[in-house]
Amino acid sequence: MNETANSRPAQSARAAAAAGVTAARSDALNPARIAIRGLDFFYGTNQALKGINLDLPAQQVTGMIGPSGCGKSTLLRVLNRMYSLYPGQRAEGEVLMDGQNLLAPEIDMNALRSRIGMVFQKPTPFPMSVYDNIAFGVKLHEQLSRSAMDERVEWSLTRAALWDEAKDRLSGSAMGLSGGQQQRLCIARSIAVRPEVILLDEPTSALDPISTLKVEELIDELKRDFTIAIVTHNMQQAARCADQVAFFYLGEMVEVAPAAQLFTAPKQRRTQEYITGRFG
Amino acid sequence: MSGATLTGLPPKDSAAASRLGRRRRRRDRVMTGLAIISTVLGLLFLVSILFTLFWRGLQAMGPQVFTEVTRPPGSGGGLLNAIIGTVIQVGLGTVIGTPVGILVGTYLAEYARGSRLGNAVRFVSDVLLSAPSILIGLFVYQLLVLPFGGFSGIAGAVALAIIIIPIVVRTTEDMLQLIPNTLREAVMGLGSPKWKMITLICYRSVMSGLITGVLLGIARIAGETAPLLFTSLGNLTWSVSLTQAMSSLPLTIYAYAGSPYEDWVSLAWTGALLITVSVLLLNIIARIVLRKA
Repeated sequence: MNETANSRPAQSARAAAAAGVTAARSDALNPARIAIRGLDFFYGTNQALKGINLDLPAQQVTGMIGPSGCGKSTLLRVLNRMYSLYPGQRAEGEVLMDGQNLLAPEIDMNALRSRIGMVFQKPTPFPMSVYDNIAFGVKLHEQLSRSAMDERVEWSLTRAALWDEAKDRLSGSAMGLSGGQQQRLCIARSIAVRPEVILLDEPTSALDPISTLKVEELIDELKRDFTIAIVTHNMQQAARCADQVAFFYLGEMVEVAPAAQLFTAPKQRRTQEYITGRFG
Repeated sequence: MSGATLTGLPPKDSAAASRLGRRRRRRDRVMTGLAIISTVLGLLFLVSILFTLFWRGLQAMGPQVFTEVTRPPGSGGGLLNAIIGTVIQVGLGTVIGTPVGILVGTYLAEYARGSRLGNAVRFVSDVLLSAPSILIGLFVYQLLVLPFGGFSGIAGAVALAIIIIPIVVRTTEDMLQLIPNTLREAVMGLGSPKWKMITLICYRSVMSGLITGVLLGIARIAGETAPLLFTSLGNLTWSVSLTQAMSSLPLTIYAYAGSPYEDWVSLAWTGALLITVSVLLLNIIARIVLRKA
């Protein structure tokens, strides 16, 4: 044990270099917007999450990293209860938001999902115009006049850094956009509903580097208004985007810390081995 | 490196390799030849049928086919009542059967995945899909002809509706199954209720597939004869009343082709040509719709 402890600083420096941590962020975390307490999750009899305790600080980005199958995407799908779509999947424990347990059976899931938006790995444009893609979600929860809707569409597309590219083709099919544009459209669609929390499930894994950069810049911009959780396989991305990073392994949350701290001075050996590329 | 892994193996026998190659080439030539012969044979039958159909069908073709009703042998006449009867019964059958089929297909794909009831419904629908159509005719005979005291156009339409339902169920379910779950999750993730997801997004993304399914279903029932025999019976005079026996192209062909009168036989060929061409057109339209998607 002593040996590991001694060699840790050197390895951590390498880890930081590997993760591309350049500018250290402030380690100060905001109070929790969502608090996960003692969360267990099951696919049938297979337990995918074990006793997770995690706070998502308000208006900051929580990155979730870990090897495939470690449960990080599962955790996101618990937060907006996406798992409820599938029989045989169940969650136990508490996910607290404003003192309310989101896992309680009486929760109105449509209202919940309007408060907690989600963007997926692959862009999922709806088979309709760019404008209608945005308006679809808004119409589910609000009755807006035509001009108010126009404003909302422009607002969300601007926030998603897509307005300049899309303003002349609002009535064109969303399927005609490029992959990166489609993903930003999906982000615009989510924020148009004005959620409080945005869940990003590997939002850039299907995108080219330039689109990835745009989406990452966007995340930085969005956290002024939204609390964000992002699952990523890319440690550099977690280091660039996240204020707080949680490392998952085999359904357990091994460690959570402010990003700079987790990448430079991880407390757990498994975290250190993962970010230095020993496994995963 | 490769040298190290190959040590211990016997040397390559290039003579054996070329022998194997020759044998494969010989087999390839034989199989290619058999495939070509089978194709030619199949096409010959098809071409022969089409050629006879056009040759005989065009003999009695003319404007009177579309403007005059069937007449006694030797006095001319056309197929107007049969054409209109077919349009009415097929149209009504489609209007009755399509919504049922689409809703059942939606239930199977969106609500009953893997459920026992869903599997049972799917099985029954598939059995219905391959059931002899004369059985469906007999069923409707018991249901709508006997109790109401006579053959009727509506009974024919119902029989055709029962035949089109499983076709539409199948295509609707298949098409909806093609939608990736990520799209469904994206819709639900915005806080949409399930029914809005299905009607506003899922249907829209497979619209061309649904239309194709219905068109192919129409093409199938347009040529059905057996289910109409016991239901709308056929009618050699002009009648568009749904409560009376109604004429239709397949039944007129059935009646005329077996008659000893040359002009009737000729008109039967013309009717057969009409059905074939309209089914062909429906198939072409279905392909265009599908390709545009």
